[in-house]
Amino acid sequence: MQQPHSHDDIGVMTTVSHMDFIAARDLDEALEARAASPESELLAGGTDLMVEVNLAHHRPASVISLRRVDELRSIQPNRIGAGTTWAELERGSHTGLAQAARTVGSPQIRATGTLGGNIGTASPAGDGLPWIAAANASIAVQSRARGERVIPWDEFFLGVKQTALEPDEIITAVVVPDDTPTTQAFAKVGTRNAMVVSTVSCLVMRGGDGFRIALGSVAPTPIRIPRAEQVLNAERSPSQATLEEVQQIVSEDVTPITDHRSTEGYRRHAAGVLAKRLVERCLA
Amino acid sequence: MKIRLTVNGVEREADATGSESLLSVLRRDLDLPGTKDACEQGECGSCTVELDGALVCSCLVMAADAQDSAVTTVEGLGREGDLHPVQEAMLDNGAVQCGFCTPGFVVAGAHLLDENPQPTELEIREALSGNICRCTGYGAILRAFDDLVEES
Repeated sequence: MQQPHSHDDIGVMTTVSHMDFIAARDLDEALEARAASPESELLAGGTDLMVEVNLAHHRPASVISLRRVDELRSIQPNRIGAGTTWAELERGSHTGLAQAARTVGSPQIRATGTLGGNIGTASPAGDGLPWIAAANASIAVQSRARGERVIPWDEFFLGVKQTALEPDEIITAVVVPDDTPTTQAFAKVGTRNAMVVSTVSCLVMRGGDGFRIALGSVAPTPIRIPRAEQVLNAERSPSQATLEEVQQIVSEDVTPITDHRSTEGYRRHAAGVLAKRLVERCLA
Repeated sequence: MKIRLTVNGVEREADATGSESLLSVLRRDLDLPGTKDACEQGECGSCTVELDGALVCSCLVMAADAQDSAVTTVEGLGREGDLHPVQEAMLDNGAVQCGFCTPGFVVAGAHLLDENPQPTELEIREALSGNICRCTGYGAILRAFDDLVEES
C-alpha cells in the first residue's frame, strides 16, 4: 500500500515534464520501440503503473503503450493474449480464470487491467497467477532480436515482482497446455468483496491425472503444493480424513509473511481452508 | 506533449505533462472539474469517466495514452435544467450528502443503464462496487437506482 500524500509532495508533477511516449499500433511497432529503448516501461491497462506515478512519484523517462495492439487481445483454448482485459476474461471459457477475473478490483479496474500486466507486475497477490500455475501454463515473450521464447511459469516468476522478462522483451501470451483440466475453482480471502488485494488466493483444478492445487499471496511467487496433490491423488475418491490432511499439508507447506494486510498464521490457516473447500467444490 | 481527444463530443487539445493522468488534464487543462480527484489509485471511483465506451478511473489513464480517444465526463451527461435520469433519481432520493462521490456514481450508473437497462439489484451493486461514498449514503443511492429501473 502506498503512503498518503504529504504537503511536501504537492507540485512535484510540474518539475518533471519530458517523457518519451510511443503508442504502438501493432506488435511489430511495440517490439521495435522496445529494442530501440530497453529502459522504456510498458503501459497496458495502467492500473499498476499509474499508481506508481500518482502515489510514489515515479516518473518514467520513456513509455510504450500497448493499449492499441489488438494482436495481444484474444482468448483461445491454448493461448490467451497478454492484452486481454479482466472484463474479457470474465466472459471467457477458462472457468477458473473467469472466476478469478471477476474478483479483481472493480468494474473500472477490470475494464482496463490485463492478464499480461498482472504477469509483468508479478505481485505475489496477482489474481491471475494461481490459475497459470495450476494449468502448468507457460509465458510467451517476444523480442526483435531473439523472436519468441516460451517460458514455463515456474521459470518465469522468480520472486516478488521479479520475472525472467528481458529488457527488450514484451509479454505476448499465456500458453495453455492441452491437458488442462476443465473442472476449475477459484476463491480468495480479503477484507471485503470489491477493490481488495488478496490476503490468500487459491485455484484448484481436477482432471484425469488428478487434482492440482495452486495458491497466491502465500509465497514470493505463485506456488503449487505437490505434497497435498500426491496425497489427494493416491485415492480414487478422497475421504474426509484425506481432505483434512490436505488442508493440514497446505497450511504447512505455504511460506507466507506477516505484513500490513495479514499475519503469517492467518494466511497459513486460510490457505488450508480455501484449498480444502475448493477441492470439495471440484468433487461436487 | 500536445494531445487531441474528443471530450463530451467536442474535439479538444490539451497539454499533457510527462506521465500526467487524464484526470489531471481534465481538471487542470480542460476546465472540467466535475470529475473528482481523491485517492489517485483507482480505489474510490470518484474520477470515473467513459473512455472509448469503457468505464475507467481517469486517474489510472495516462493522458498521453488518451490521444485520439473519446471521453465522456459527468459534464457530458447532464447540465442544470437538463439533468440525466440518474441525476434526477439521485436528487429525488436524497442520494447526495457531501456530493464528492456523486459524479463518479452518476457516470458509473449511466454506463450501467446504457449496457443493461433492467439490471437486478445484484447487478446494480456490482456495477457500483468501484465507487465509494465516504458518507456511507449507499441506501439512498441504491434506492435511486431501484426507482430508475422500476420506472423504465
